[in-house]
Amino acid sequence: MVSGPYMFLRTRVDKVNAELVTLTYGTIVAQLCTDYDYDYTQVNQQLDKMGYNIGMRLIEDFLAKSNTGRCGNFRDTAEMISKVGFKIFLNITPTVTNWTADNKQFSLLFDENPLADFVELPDDGRAQDELWFSNILCGVLRGALEMVQMSIEARFVSDMLRGNDVTEMRVTLIRYIEDEMPPDDE
Amino acid sequence: MAAPPPGDAPFDADSRLVNMSCFDLLLIELVPLAERMARAYEASLDRPTPSPASSTTTKRTSKGPPAAPGNTTSGSTTTTTTSNTASSTSTPSITVTGANTVPASSQPSNTALLAADGLPATTIFADSIYVRLERLGFRVGEGLSERISRDRPRFNQAGLNGANVGNVNDHHLDVIKFLCKDIWGVVWRKQVDNLKTNHRGVFVLTDNKFRPLTRMSMANHAEALQRAKPHLFFPCGIIRGVLSSLGIKATVQAETIELPGAVFQITTVQPQIRP
Repeated sequence: MVSGPYMFLRTRVDKVNAELVTLTYGTIVAQLCTDYDYDYTQVNQQLDKMGYNIGMRLIEDFLAKSNTGRCGNFRDTAEMISKVGFKIFLNITPTVTNWTADNKQFSLLFDENPLADFVELPDDGRAQDELWFSNILCGVLRGALEMVQMSIEARFVSDMLRGNDVTEMRVTLIRYIEDEMPPDDE
Repeated sequence: MAAPPPGDAPFDADSRLVNMSCFDLLLIELVPLAERMARAYEASLDRPTPSPASSTTTKRTSKGPPAAPGNTTSGSTTTTTTSNTASSTSTPSITVTGANTVPASSQPSNTALLAADGLPATTIFADSIYVRLERLGFRVGEGLSERISRDRPRFNQAGLNGANVGNVNDHHLDVIKFLCKDIWGVVWRKQVDNLKTNHRGVFVLTDNKFRPLTRMSMANHAEALQRAKPHLFFPCGIIRGVLSSLGIKATVQAETIELPGAVFQITTVQPQIRP
């Protein structure tokens, strides 16, 4: 099963030190907080927008690296996100849990989060309740899934940085996006 | 399935690794982010067509003391004398660098160049992007330097024992080599391809395949170079931040002549008092 070319490709996967990404991301969040005069709602929105743009580009990388086809249902999508997507890019495997009966909502539980290592939130009495430090991940997920025709909403509902026991992201499927013909192709 | 081998220069043997795409795409998105913030800042001035005098005033305002990041930072905090000295020089350094960019950015905006979002690239807009990206890079450079140099032998001493200018140059060269090999290895996963110096405080670093530019291509060559320019501001800040935390004040300018190559010119500020 394991052929030479396959091994060659596998060993060519580029890695970078996680602390470099953590430091860069932390600096971005710190500067956004300063630029917005610690209006954490705006910081959250900007992080989400950044993530959305990154997600739209990242999905191409994901499909190229993982060699997967289309997911048949939202449960399969969740497994793919957790076990393949997060594993490929951040080298973590969040837990998929808390499905709703209609299979349109689930949670991702992060017991580790490379973006949040060594991080302390500002001690201004508000960051603890208003800033979602890793909000870029919600945007990444939304942008990536939109490129494979799923409109979703993702948001954090708890964060260990805030003192919660667990970091939990709630993901909701809004609708599948229909194929559309280009306007002049009728 | 064999685990991929660790990167060229891990911080420690057990460093956690993430996919390079995360860092690549994060850096790419820094430029649109800076553009969105610069556009919002421009709009907040409530002057749709700023006069030259207003531009000058605004430029001074926008280059005021850089706001210190709050507690939300992933870098470690040190309180050594050296760090304090380095920190105290950061404000004038940024001011000097900002002044240097004005001539370069004025010319493009005079020809009514359009930015990536299709709106005019005013001087305020261009300067604001530069300051935002360079400041981010500076902070990352500071943190990186602290982290990577922790387990390293001391650089050549620089005038601490009353030595002459020669030792200052030796120190600078030693630090620049650290930048070219260790810092570049961790951040861009390769070493600088070429280092030149005039031995009077100017260093030119050439990277023939500069990582942030490798994912870019455009049909129009000149436009590609123009669009690539902001992607060099963050790396300029990294360089200046690394040098600053190791006691060297400098200005950094960058250009790309042919994608994906990049050239960085570092001009160190020579010490005023020579023992």
